Amino acid sequence: MRTTDLLVIGSGPAGLGAAIEGARCGAKVLLVDENTKAGGQLYKQIHKFFGSGAHYAGTRGFQIADILLQEANDLGVETLLDTRALGRMDNGCVSILHQGKVEAVEAKKVILATGAKENALAFPGWTLPGVMTAGAAQTFSNVHGTLVGKNILMVGSGNVGLIVSYQLMQAGAEVRALVEAAPQITGYLVHAGKIQRAGVPVYTSHTVVEARGTDRVEEAVIAQVDEKFRPIPGTEQTIPVDTILLAVGLNPRTELASMFRCRTTYEGALGGILPVHDAWMRSSDPNVYVCGDLAGVEEANTALEEGRLAGIHAAVSLGYTAPHAQARMEELQESLRSLRSGAHAARRLACKERIMEKGGACHV
Amino acid sequence: MSQHIEEHPIVDYPSRTPVTFSFDGRTLTGLAGQPIAAALLDNGISVFRHTHKTGQPRSLFCGIGQCNDCVVVVNGKPNVRSCTTPLEEGMVIETQHGLGKVGVL
Repeated sequence: MRTTDLLVIGSGPAGLGAAIEGARCGAKVLLVDENTKAGGQLYKQIHKFFGSGAHYAGTRGFQIADILLQEANDLGVETLLDTRALGRMDNGCVSILHQGKVEAVEAKKVILATGAKENALAFPGWTLPGVMTAGAAQTFSNVHGTLVGKNILMVGSGNVGLIVSYQLMQAGAEVRALVEAAPQITGYLVHAGKIQRAGVPVYTSHTVVEARGTDRVEEAVIAQVDEKFRPIPGTEQTIPVDTILLAVGLNPRTELASMFRCRTTYEGALGGILPVHDAWMRSSDPNVYVCGDLAGVEEANTALEEGRLAGIHAAVSLGYTAPHAQARMEELQESLRSLRSGAHAARRLACKERIMEKGGACHV
Repeated sequence: MSQHIEEHPIVDYPSRTPVTFSFDGRTLTGLAGQPIAAALLDNGISVFRHTHKTGQPRSLFCGIGQCNDCVVVVNGKPNVRSCTTPLEEGMVIETQHGLGKVGVL
């Protein structure tokens, strides 16, 4: 049996933030991740981040991961990779699968940072080889050095669809078209401009209706949609592509949170069903924290700040004190508010306020 | 290696050693440590598995070990996620047909 003050599950930006701040306060931290490398999805982010200097503006995602990993290491965070958290046992311990063996971890506080998974989209032919998530193409191109295809149809004009399109072009692929069911581009126009200037046709009010091919995608059929997103007969176009990438949103990975019996709610704009939390990222169980995309799909910066907040609060509630811990938590709450300011983030902010109201009500 | 990226404007890929492996009896080359799926794609192979009931082809889908669509048989062991399992010298890789019970492929 392993014992620890804080068990952090997931080593993306949220989990790393939590582990770093928990350890900085003096708590003993165990960080586990099912992957063989820590850093979550930061390693496939090869673009420079926006925002202020405090949020690593101008730094590429994989460089941020390196900085955070070094910091966690320097602070004595114990990290187990290739280690899957299986669930909570009856005695309150968390079971983990590590090097082929199931072990028990007794943790005073558990911080869940399990992230999100990409949504699928069903249409005739969608199971053919060559139809996959945009994230898969991004991981293979940016991390592993392999293009999943040469001629691409991108489905979805959110930031993932726009950024991955551009990155695949950087790596040598052709993006034949991008379709978006909404009447306008949904991601940042600065990203859209990059692919439009390169000549990629962007079809708004359009969707993919069929993937055709025998043993893999050989062509895609797209069509215009009406105001209720139904394809309009007669508007079909066939595009020769070998790959169809789905960038149609993400949803929180709530499996572990459900096993911990965290109370959940539904917020469509943040990905769907997710655990409620209070202003310090506590779930309905005061010993279980949730942060990052699990607590609502946003961006790496919000995930990192939520993780940091959870880490400090968990450590402080165990009696550890760091200089200015209270002020630091307030700073992080303010930072999160600023990351959710502006017209583009108004919906996310409203969702988060509802979540925190429900989460806060669990602890009165 | 048609789909292998030789040069990238931003990313410096780690240098990897060439290795030999087999896929359905064919001898192929790949790079040590790259995911099996990347080695297969680099060799122009896009069908990794056929489904249990209808035999439909399947391949890479999520690319990060979440969806289990890309599983193959590796050294006789079925249900190995090709997107997260590193390639090693001498690996014997096969297309998986169906659910892949050990010994009853």
